[in-house]
Amino acid sequence: MTIALDGVGYRYAGATSPALLDIDLELRDGEVVGLAGASEAGKSTLCLVVSGLAPRTVGGQIRGRITLDGEDVDAWPMHRLSQRIAIGFQNPSTQLSQVTDSVFEEVAFGPMNLALPREEVAARTWAALETLRIDALAERDPRRLSGGQQQLVAIAGLLAMRPAHLVLDEPTAQLDPAGTHLVAEAITRLARDGVSILVAEQKVDLLAAICSRVFVLDGGRVVLDGWADEVLADRRLAEFGVMELSTVQLSRAAAASGVAGDRLERALHA
Amino acid sequence: MGRPGPSAYHRLNPLTKATVATVTAIAAVALGGVVGPIILAAAAVLSPALVAGVLGRLARLSLLLALPIALSAFIVNLFFFPGAEQVLLRIGPITATGEGLRFAIEILVRILAISGAVTLFYLTTRAGDLTVDLERRGVSSRVAFVANASVQTVPTMVERASLITDAQRARGLDTEGSMWRRIRGVVPIVGPVILGSIAEVEERTMALEARGFTRPGRRTLLWTPADSARQAAVRWGLVVGLLALIVARVTGVFG
Repeated sequence: MTIALDGVGYRYAGATSPALLDIDLELRDGEVVGLAGASEAGKSTLCLVVSGLAPRTVGGQIRGRITLDGEDVDAWPMHRLSQRIAIGFQNPSTQLSQVTDSVFEEVAFGPMNLALPREEVAARTWAALETLRIDALAERDPRRLSGGQQQLVAIAGLLAMRPAHLVLDEPTAQLDPAGTHLVAEAITRLARDGVSILVAEQKVDLLAAICSRVFVLDGGRVVLDGWADEVLADRRLAEFGVMELSTVQLSRAAAASGVAGDRLERALHA
Repeated sequence: MGRPGPSAYHRLNPLTKATVATVTAIAAVALGGVVGPIILAAAAVLSPALVAGVLGRLARLSLLLALPIALSAFIVNLFFFPGAEQVLLRIGPITATGEGLRFAIEILVRILAISGAVTLFYLTTRAGDLTVDLERRGVSSRVAFVANASVQTVPTMVERASLITDAQRARGLDTEGSMWRRIRGVVPIVGPVILGSIAEVEERTMALEARGFTRPGRRTLLWTPADSARQAAVRWGLVVGLLALIVARVTGVFG
């Protein structure tokens, strides 16, 4: 099961210049791929394109080829794609349906739309809630939760869809460290179960923890790509508006202060 | 399968409560006079509200809802009733008339009965319950969603307005004091509330699409509100009764 983008470019309706240019990307089974880049580098647009929302819902013009497991998805309607690819956005309030009275119903909203048997909907919903350890919120009104809790509910709603591929656009933007950790754990577990995941994130430490490969975007183009540890240690990251890993920053600060690398290493592992 | 409600009235099928509210509102107009609508309101609004334990909230909310229109209708009819001759009071160029007062009271009673019926439904029914019930009866899930979302949008916008008001106050906007200051204070709040809501629509649409909302065909319903043959009979009885009342009024049976 693979999503592949081959020379994909995209221009929003009414825009004079393209938001994405010549993107080649492959997302394989059980793989977590990170997207990094400054604001307006094209991360969110790439998430929309991979999920199929652009241009189907957003409009605009796309070129190049997108395949899902070798099949061209150009003519697929969105509801067909949504059974294979799920997408989560960074603003939790817009991801909730706003028509449900409980977190349980909110998480079940997607599987209900897929017309799955009632028992299957309930089983998927409980599993998603338990994965993110928010089963205690099941009876709560989703509109009365904090932003971080709403984000976890939104992600649980995606997990309940049991997608083969998952696209997450800054999923931890509203989360505290504990919530971020839960999402990281859930992503790792899903990848272990064979789900391929594309994550756009500003938190490079999170990308380092969960991704096998990372793409860095700048001006709608891929400017760096490769294994996560190599890309995230690249000295050019700052040029592209991406923060360095905290360990890299610490090493540099230690070196600048005359602290030997091996001493720092020992202190970190003490 | 239904969801537990705090009272027997809450637990009625939402369509039954919607039928009661609609029939009461239309019948209050069709009945005419003062006594008829008062008896109707006592039977179909106040008694159920007492059973549901929402009488206090019903009184407050329905008065708030009806007050602006009721007051203006009362004043207009009291002072400007066409062709009235029985003068009660003169204030400068305007005259309150006996005919105007009687008609104004009739209008007031009707408006209060309508707002009471609508408020009772609102206080005892979750929007989601009604839309799930309608979906079960064959209404398209999109139509049900739009109806539900429209109702749910109101509290969301009120909350957003409150947040924006706080943010604007923190930046020095004066929303307290004289009426003129309050009115001026509303202007910088209305724009962000409306524009913010519009801006969210696109992302919300995408999120719904991504969760299979546009998939054709029926979707799974996890539960449906309880219903019974007796309630169905009551609903049909109310509708037939209303039609009979309208026919009687039109043909002059009630004078």
